[in-house]
Amino acid sequence: MSARNATAPSCHGPAAVAVPAGAKKIVLVGNPNVGKSLFFNAFTGLYVDVSNYPGTTVAVSSGRMGDDVVLDTPGIYGVSSFNDEETVARDIVIEADLVVNVVDAVHLERDLFLTYQLVDMGLPMVVALNMFDEAEARGLRVDHQELSRLLGVPVVPTVAVSKTGFDEVRRALPDARSGASDPVLQDLIVGLLDRVDSRPEALLVLEGDPFVAARHGVEPLGMRDEIYLARRRRVNDLVARVVERREGGLDLRTRLGHALLRPLIGVPVLAVVLFVMYEIIGVLVAQVIVGFTEGTIMQGHVEPLIREVVGAVVGSSGPLYELIAGEFGVLTLSLTYIVGLLLPLVVAFYLLMSVLEDSGYLPRIAALADRVMTAVGLNGRAVIPMILGFGCITMATITTRILGNERERKIATALMAFAIPCSAQLGVITGLLAATGGFTLTIAYVVIMVVIFGLLGVAMARYVPGESTDLLIDLPPLRVPQPKNVATKTYRKTIMFLREVSLYFVAGSLLLGVLQVTGALTAAQQWLAPLTVGWLRLPKEAATAFIMGFVRRDFGAAGLYGLGLSGADVLVALVTITLFVPCIASVLVITKERGRSFAAFTWVGSIVLAFLIGGILAHVAGWLA
Amino acid sequence: MTLLEARKGSRIRILQIPDDRARAQCIRFGIGEGTVVDWTEPLTVGPVLVRQANQEICLGRSLAARILVEEAPGERHDASPSHGARA
Repeated sequence: MSARNATAPSCHGPAAVAVPAGAKKIVLVGNPNVGKSLFFNAFTGLYVDVSNYPGTTVAVSSGRMGDDVVLDTPGIYGVSSFNDEETVARDIVIEADLVVNVVDAVHLERDLFLTYQLVDMGLPMVVALNMFDEAEARGLRVDHQELSRLLGVPVVPTVAVSKTGFDEVRRALPDARSGASDPVLQDLIVGLLDRVDSRPEALLVLEGDPFVAARHGVEPLGMRDEIYLARRRRVNDLVARVVERREGGLDLRTRLGHALLRPLIGVPVLAVVLFVMYEIIGVLVAQVIVGFTEGTIMQGHVEPLIREVVGAVVGSSGPLYELIAGEFGVLTLSLTYIVGLLLPLVVAFYLLMSVLEDSGYLPRIAALADRVMTAVGLNGRAVIPMILGFGCITMATITTRILGNERERKIATALMAFAIPCSAQLGVITGLLAATGGFTLTIAYVVIMVVIFGLLGVAMARYVPGESTDLLIDLPPLRVPQPKNVATKTYRKTIMFLREVSLYFVAGSLLLGVLQVTGALTAAQQWLAPLTVGWLRLPKEAATAFIMGFVRRDFGAAGLYGLGLSGADVLVALVTITLFVPCIASVLVITKERGRSFAAFTWVGSIVLAFLIGGILAHVAGWLA
Repeated sequence: MTLLEARKGSRIRILQIPDDRARAQCIRFGIGEGTVVDWTEPLTVGPVLVRQANQEICLGRSLAARILVEEAPGERHDASPSHGARA
């Protein structure tokens, strides 16, 4: 649990959105992947605000519906403080005037747990019984009238994908009321109300939530097990009364879902999926599209224009010009980098990740990779940042927030910073391999990098303090992703990413500009030369490539093109440049996410590691020859 | 025996989940201590898959190795009111 949970500034935690006087706060709550965002989009229309919830990194969307404010919350299985998503959802739910609880009719055993928790909080609510059609198709008959009677709140059957039932949900809002809770539990809650000022918070204190308890200066009461088990019994009882199950074998989708978990089918399918992703991102986007956006648009048209304008204002030479519009200029390098290179790649990555997420395939990749990831001190969920790392290490470093604890985040961050080439670098690496080495060298490079990744991971699993968490995920059914939902998700994530990291790219290029203007870059090049020639046995110009690697990893790799390297030299140079320091923007983001000393460790560590392994390879290659 | 040792396809009753958070999360997913699950399958090179009603969850092997279970071949689960209570 992070420290930020404990330091909420006000009694109820930070307010995410300003709500005008008289307006109601309508909060959408539900498990992950139940179609909540489709409700949000339909209720609020175009004018939506997405922002990080204060003090956290979780995005919260808000919009208007008539006079009222609608807030979307992250998908959760229950309200407490197990992770950032829950913390954010908890604080928004506590302040809600009205809750719309979206439940998946196919998985009522799971979803009604949260519903009953909301009922126990005494919040006025309406339940949207979503995916009603899918439940029927799977032989489940849900008696929604009986469900409504037993829960004590309005229940509306919906099919969010086709917007069926949305109007009915809207019309049911005035009828929202507190549901039928457990009388024994309510007595306990009422008993706490003199010390804790609201029912939702009193319930959380009873359930042992340490943060809510601390806000009110009371001790958390460790009754979670009893309350949870009793609630689980109520849910099962309720499901038994309202759901009629037609017996039948497993349907095709469930069978397919199982097959994807078994290595014999799962691994080849995963290989195909990754290959298709590589073709789309590594070839189509990284080469064709980026070639156009970065090369033609930015370097061909925008940069010359900026140089002309800046030159006219501050003169076309001198330190100021260099800092603004020079090789590493704030307006040239960082703009080209963010708009020309990163934007297309990040959009493509988030697009594919959203498709994988919405199709229900992502958790299956996590399950498939769990064993391998356990060996390097992570669990299966870590494949998500790892895959993103091949796109952009900076983006992936931010995504390590989904991992269970700080130990896992450290291991994943370091593994990516050391051993995973980002797409910019990958483009140049594959180009160089194709031009000089061909198949054997490519295989050798891949094998060497995989071995290094494994050894590093095993070493870190052993020495990074703490204990990793176990995989514990639910597998959603496979579904066909909704294009509109995928587009919205991609758009929001991209905006969030650019908003969060653009400044770091600007800061990075400014820093490099200063180093160049002061002559520090050239000095470093001289200083590195003996290492390059003596130890790595590469031409001394290769030092420039490494120095450029400080700036952008692909600049570094690109610097190797002109050197006329062949055979083993290519391998030595590529392995060294891959292991070499992560780009300056990701170093800054690592500093922000993991702290200064950890960033320093990865930075210095990657230099040592790169030259150590590069040198060993060079010498081994020398003996073999 | 532990969940990791359960035979593929067996119907089992969950007896004890030692870790606080894992226990809470499992109850939310629908498998509390005392629950009878329909199907369990230690995946060949992966976690343990557990299915109950329409709910499928994956538990990492080291977590599965700490969860105590017993075989419950004849019992129907069917979300009956009583089955969550035994523990």
